[in-house]
Amino acid sequence: MEFISLLGRVFIHFLRASGQLGIFTVKAIYNCFTPPFYFKKIAEQLIEIGFYSLPVVALTTFFAGAVIALQTYTGFARFSAEGAVAMVVLIAVTRELAPVMAGLMVAGRIGAAMAAELGTMRVTEQIDALSTLSTNPFKYLISPRILAGIVMMPVLVLIGDVIGICGGYIIGVYKLDFNASSYLVNTWNFMEPMDVISGLVKASVFGFIITLLGCYNGYNSKGGAQGVGSATTNAVVSASILILIFNYILTEIFFNS
Amino acid sequence: MTERKNPAQKEFNKTLVQKTMALFSSKQPHPIKIKLSNVHKSFGKKVVLDGLDLDIRKGESLVIIGGSGTGKSVTLKSILGLLTPEEGSITVDGVEVVNASTKVHEQVNAQIGMLFQGAALFDSMTVWENVAFGLIQGHKMKKKEAKKIALEKMAQVGLTADVGDLYPADLSGGMKKRVGLARAIATHPEIIFFDEPTTGLDPIMSDVINDLIVDSVKKLGATAVTITHDMTSARKIADRIAMLYKGKIIWIGTVKEIEKTKNPYVVQFINGSAQGPIQMAVKADD
Ligand SMILES: Nc1ncnc2c1ncn2[C@@H]1O[C@H](COP(=O)(O)OP(=O)(O)OP(=O)(O)O)[C@@H](O)[C@H]1O
Ligand SMILES: [Mg+2]
Repeated sequence: MEFISLLGRVFIHFLRASGQLGIFTVKAIYNCFTPPFYFKKIAEQLIEIGFYSLPVVALTTFFAGAVIALQTYTGFARFSAEGAVAMVVLIAVTRELAPVMAGLMVAGRIGAAMAAELGTMRVTEQIDALSTLSTNPFKYLISPRILAGIVMMPVLVLIGDVIGICGGYIIGVYKLDFNASSYLVNTWNFMEPMDVISGLVKASVFGFIITLLGCYNGYNSKGGAQGVGSATTNAVVSASILILIFNYILTEIFFNS
Repeated sequence: MTERKNPAQKEFNKTLVQKTMALFSSKQPHPIKIKLSNVHKSFGKKVVLDGLDLDIRKGESLVIIGGSGTGKSVTLKSILGLLTPEEGSITVDGVEVVNASTKVHEQVNAQIGMLFQGAALFDSMTVWENVAFGLIQGHKMKKKEAKKIALEKMAQVGLTADVGDLYPADLSGGMKKRVGLARAIATHPEIIFFDEPTTGLDPIMSDVINDLIVDSVKKLGATAVTITHDMTSARKIADRIAMLYKGKIIWIGTVKEIEKTKNPYVVQFINGSAQGPIQMAVKADD
């Protein structure tokens, strides 16, 4: 009996939370496309998300590409198919590793920062103050972040693609002694536009998820420092989980039809 | 005869016409600017506003007093639409704001300035940018012009120009309060809410702020609602004083009337006595 009522309560809580997130999402999207637009705020966020996330994304994709080259080489040696290394690196990096790695890294960096910043603004009544100064907080704070996330993540991932493939190339050529030019030719010949495009679409969706959840958790945070802390944690954890779920769904849509 | 009149003359004529019109059109001697009727607001099980009724007249300076945690700030936030009452009606210039659309709130709030209890300064901006924010965003003013006005407003609350380039984190509590005040009045709003404007200020600075509030009402014709615990300040700035207790306005009257009232709640409050009908919860509930 006790257990059933607990289950019911959890279920109702879940419904309420998803309803709230749904309304927030609709409002956020609506406000992204209606004036006024705060171009300076959008530019700030583009730089914050794009430029300052570049080092972490570059590092993670580089090592991801490198490790894939190493793993495929040693693994595929069992079938004497070492020649496939260039292709595997290409597919793994563009389709999966660059978008997912960049997504998770940016979720940790940007999602957390957004939740903390908006959360602090909420608990110190700065968000309330905005609306008494002829400024819609949704348009001023949330829309620029979400737009920047959607636009900037694909750019980051495209750069990550190049760096990840470089990582594979460096391991392949300098450690596994492949011929440099044939490695590059292999990579180029195997490349299909869909590999890259699917990765970029994923990146855009991840950018939306990260910024939406960062903003949602921050905007709705309650209490003081503790509330902001848990908003930050929730933003990162929920964005990471959703990224992995949507990664699967999008892969299914792109490659399984 | 010149066709063009100077702007001051024009302005004067306009206000004269408006005032005459107001005299003829309103049957009441005091047109009502903000009307709260039967407002209920609870947080969970805790009832804060319990059928609050209050009329705020155009051009008056109303002071709200009442114990800590009785819902004074909640009342102001309900008018601004930052909190939504479960029941009742609030109108500003006849426009209903309870459960109104974002657009209505934006229009109504555009003519209201608010000093928040905790100042609520934007900590990512410098002090002058805070003060100029409403001018730049709401009135689409150029940065340079807005900065000039911001520095003027800061001077009125006793802050020098060099404070303008600091960030809110570098200010003392009383300075933050004054920056918040300058920000609230910068756009010359028709309605101004001051949530404890003199708390945390020294007595002299408090008096400067009191004068500023009186000026805003008398010279600029604003309607002001001030929350305060400071009875000296209340006596100086109020046209009328209202006392909030247990979610209702239990007493309202002029400064003269409050000195003579026999209402035991008001008497206890203004004398600051622990004995009386108002019981502070100082014992833990069992
Ligand atoms: N956002 C909120 N969530 C939950 N409870 C709240 C919220 N805002 C206010 N309250 C509660 O409402 C009551 C009234 O709060 P309010 O801030 O209006 O008090 P106040 O009269 O302004 O007091 P003070 O003079 O100390 O500022 C308090 O008991 C407070 O706990
Ligand atoms: Mg208060």
